[in-house]
Amino acid sequence: MNVEQKLSANKFVVDEGHPHIVIHQEKMDAATAKALTVVCPAGLYTLDDKGRIIFEVAGCLECGTCRVACAHMPGAMEWNHPRPSFGVQYRCG
Amino acid sequence: MADYDAIVVGAGLAGSTAAYCMAKAGLSVLVLERGDAAGTKNVTGGRLYAHSLEKIIPGFANEAPVERKVVRERISMLTDESCFTMDFGSSRFKDPASASYTVLRAEFDAWLAGKAEEAGCDVVCPAVADDLLRVDGKVAGIIAGDDELTGEVVLLADGVNSLLAQKAGLKKELSPHHVAVGAKEIVELSPGVINDRFNLNDGEGLAHLFAGAPSQGMVGGGFLYTNKSTLCVGLVVTVSEMAESAARLPDMLEAFRESSPVKPYLAGGKIIEYSAHLVPEGGINMTPILSADNLLVLGDAAGFCLNLGYTVRGMDYAIGSGALAAETVVEAKEKGDFSNAALGSYKTRLEDSFVLKDMNTHRRAPDFIEHTPRMFKEYPELVENIFADMFMVSGPSKLMVKKALPHVFKAGLLNLAKDGFRGSRAL
Repeated sequence: MNVEQKLSANKFVVDEGHPHIVIHQEKMDAATAKALTVVCPAGLYTLDDKGRIIFEVAGCLECGTCRVACAHMPGAMEWNHPRPSFGVQYRCG
Repeated sequence: MADYDAIVVGAGLAGSTAAYCMAKAGLSVLVLERGDAAGTKNVTGGRLYAHSLEKIIPGFANEAPVERKVVRERISMLTDESCFTMDFGSSRFKDPASASYTVLRAEFDAWLAGKAEEAGCDVVCPAVADDLLRVDGKVAGIIAGDDELTGEVVLLADGVNSLLAQKAGLKKELSPHHVAVGAKEIVELSPGVINDRFNLNDGEGLAHLFAGAPSQGMVGGGFLYTNKSTLCVGLVVTVSEMAESAARLPDMLEAFRESSPVKPYLAGGKIIEYSAHLVPEGGINMTPILSADNLLVLGDAAGFCLNLGYTVRGMDYAIGSGALAAETVVEAKEKGDFSNAALGSYKTRLEDSFVLKDMNTHRRAPDFIEHTPRMFKEYPELVENIFADMFMVSGPSKLMVKKALPHVFKAGLLNLAKDGFRGSRAL
């Protein structure tokens, strides 16, 4: 089963227009952009054929791994908690 | 005059324990939790060692929503082709003083937050603490959305990412070497099927750790825990290693759960949740500044977690640090002094308790595990080769020692001796 199918078992409330993660790829090197595509447990980061990051915030598990993976690139990512009532709501945890 | 004696950020195990203990001592306490209910943003990789909560709420497991009492421990070394397993079951695990339970955090944390509420705390959720409220430069409470809430002391129990401890200057940015990322599935099966598959009686549970192939030679491993009517199956890999990986983490988890040693356990089960979380694994090397004027840091926010490969602990430390933070605040309230001169005793209390004593005993463990890649690749292969030769018959036999020695030489006697010595001082 692929990760998208697994994510569909979760309860998410998407905060349309207010992503809690904002990426500034111009402040990130190519290796870090590549790292994001492998470290994200939800597989939400992909690169297009020009190496640009495509990021899907819906499905975010709020683990913070992407934040840590680009912590050495100041300004490359704004990472916050979703606003109250939004994001993933674990029923098991 | 502040609205509350204490404001706790985060209704996880550290926060709710601290809140419960402070309220029991008569303090006014506000707890802010960013999930819709306590536990809905939390994930466990495994099991709760009961000793620390047992001291605060004796017999808690009789009323708390625990899943199963762990009476069976398994550790496997996996290669692509083989699986070597140690299996240890004992009725001695049932002793309440050293028992451990599998738990699911959404239920368990809601129960503990409920205990804090019963004790008199105000628990507000969902509420995101955006920043510390400062008055004349001094921490005076929390800013949450448009609200300003004042408290004599703020307890940061906001988890491994603790944005607030970083903003307060108590904690540096997390290093990818100091945290691991864990991903897990919750797979639903009937309690009877779980009992049968793992040779368990009702209420009994199993903890199973897997080294080697699951993390594809990187620092990390797989895990499987039995709950009442679900299994947790997951994979943890240090972020610095994962960042260099060719394979994606979700694909590695899929490969692990589909591998022949694991797949039969999960057969027919339905995935009802997929979750992920960071695990602090830097040990004492990642301990932040634990107190400042009007501020304390506890639980995962303080990095209180210990992975020794054979045991993984964090929740008991969270509870322990929560109780000690509460003790500190209660004493500060008696003195009427919430400056770091009074709150600084929190660190001494932690040093005198199992929390920092353990971190200190195993201070070499994180470095040993990170710098002994052979544990995740060469040694599982060594074990595979020895046991394959031992059990496979295809013609004339040789003395056991002649079968085993070439494999030992291949791994390197010096490596084994060196890693054995370093490991014995670290783990």
